[in-house]
Amino acid sequence: MSETRTMVAPGVETPAKRRHLGARTVTAIVLIVGTLIALVPFWAIFVGTFHDGNMLVRYGLNLGIDFSVANFDNWVMLFTNSGSYFTWFFNSLLLTAAQVVFTLLVSSFVAYGFAMYEFRFKTTLFILVIVLMTIPFEMLMLPLYVQTNNMGLSDSYAAVLLPFLAQATTIFFFRQYLLGVPREILEAGRIDGVTEFGIFFKLVLPIMTPAMAAMAILNGMASWNNFLWPLLVLRTPEKYTLPIGLNTLLTPYGNNYELLIVGAFFSIFPIMILFFAFQRFFIAGMTAGAVKG
Amino acid sequence: MKRMLYSAKAAPYLFVLPFILTFGIFWAYPLVNSVIMSTQDILPGQVSSVGFANYERIAGDRLFWLAMGNSFRYMLLTLLILVPLPLALAVLVNSRITSSRLAGIFKSALFVPALTSVVVAGIVFRLMFSETETALMNQILGVFGLEPERWLRNDGTALVALLLLATWRWAGVNMMYFLAGLQAIPEEYYEAAAIDGANAWQRFWNITVPGMKPTIVYVLVISVYGGLAMFLESFMIFGGNNSPQNIGLTIVGYLYRQGIEKNDLGYASAVGVVLLVIILAINLVQLGATGAFKKEATR
Repeated sequence: MSETRTMVAPGVETPAKRRHLGARTVTAIVLIVGTLIALVPFWAIFVGTFHDGNMLVRYGLNLGIDFSVANFDNWVMLFTNSGSYFTWFFNSLLLTAAQVVFTLLVSSFVAYGFAMYEFRFKTTLFILVIVLMTIPFEMLMLPLYVQTNNMGLSDSYAAVLLPFLAQATTIFFFRQYLLGVPREILEAGRIDGVTEFGIFFKLVLPIMTPAMAAMAILNGMASWNNFLWPLLVLRTPEKYTLPIGLNTLLTPYGNNYELLIVGAFFSIFPIMILFFAFQRFFIAGMTAGAVKG
Repeated sequence: MKRMLYSAKAAPYLFVLPFILTFGIFWAYPLVNSVIMSTQDILPGQVSSVGFANYERIAGDRLFWLAMGNSFRYMLLTLLILVPLPLALAVLVNSRITSSRLAGIFKSALFVPALTSVVVAGIVFRLMFSETETALMNQILGVFGLEPERWLRNDGTALVALLLLATWRWAGVNMMYFLAGLQAIPEEYYEAAAIDGANAWQRFWNITVPGMKPTIVYVLVISVYGGLAMFLESFMIFGGNNSPQNIGLTIVGYLYRQGIEKNDLGYASAVGVVLLVIILAINLVQLGATGAFKKEATR
């Protein structure tokens, strides 16, 4: 193939070149169409923020703006008269930040133990981690709900956060990542007189940045959007998170659709900022911690 | 005491202690409790043992089996979409003929839907699937000269809405997993195959798929999990846990209905135990068949 190509004068179309160009065009079209389809719902909700609530209930969402009725009322309402919206917003910010920081710290701590040491019951314990990864949390939510009530934790943020600090999927991912770190780092630290925990905090944590970024995004997403468990645990409206608060606006009468639609749209931004801030680490981190054969 | 805690012998146990505590307090204990509760009839202030009556009730409970059918059907259909499609897209994005700028935009655009909460996604899809001819999905039908559909009233069309929602939200995430997996396959394999004259299709089946096996297994496992645990998508699209003829009722939705809405904790616990046994069985078969345990044990 390459020989024939060198013999053809530049600029002359060969069948192979043409096929290449065809494949390039088809690929480009697939990617562009895919991008547009993925963005359709975002455009639909964006357009919706300029329309009246009862119009949304009556006509549904589509992609066109009706300029004869479009207005900024919903946006004005969001920033001037949105009731508890920003309370929920900041509750969600706080809970997400706390969840991400503590989950990353606790899970990497545990993963380090699994990756760097040999000890009795290690295999058994790690198989438990794998099993937990495959059990939907929803299956255990009822007994857990009863238990948090018995522990006096109902309506508290502790109950929202605690079950997910040593999170199986995150532990698994960090362990995969740490298996790529040479154990000599332990020996080197010990010779220098660093304690076992000092080695983790001073020598290992700093080199986990890419994996941390990937898990910050995935855990941040899960926490910002967590709905069912906080819905069960939290009772006081002032403690609600954003998804729960938004859900309370969803009544069959559609009387709150103005705030619902603009509030739902606005709620996407914090997590999107997190994603785009860490995006460049994301694939690298995912690759380093990816499941290997 | 302090020296003992800091010794290399005790350290590993201290490192994994948070996991042991989490497992004990938030998984094992509730699980045991759940099994006990499943043999009880629980009324406020009055608990009585009923043996296996709750389990017998499940066997004859039409709604339970309907919910099971709905969940399994949804899970299988999401597997058919959310494994091959993201895999193909990942290969496409990773291919050398794709412009890297376009690939970057595509990756972000496909991942961004996963950032929306199920509440937001549910509201948007509910309104795009409204019954009026002015709603987006009916407008699309109109382009093809079809009559408006009452999407969320019929079993088949409601399933389409749920599957589209799942595809929209998760295709990008699964594509990211596959992209990460693709990076682990050495470029030389492809070069060697190209020299041997293998075409693109042969390279895909003989290099990409075997090299991606661990990733494919992982995505399969989390997709089975996600499919069987689906509840909130349905809850949001139908505006609550009630749907016409229960077409949107899933097993977790049924658990929620019995345990929270009807406060029948004894029966709900029995339902939960049955579901847990089924899911564990599926996963053990899956993980056993793919050798995941053996590998971990010999690591």
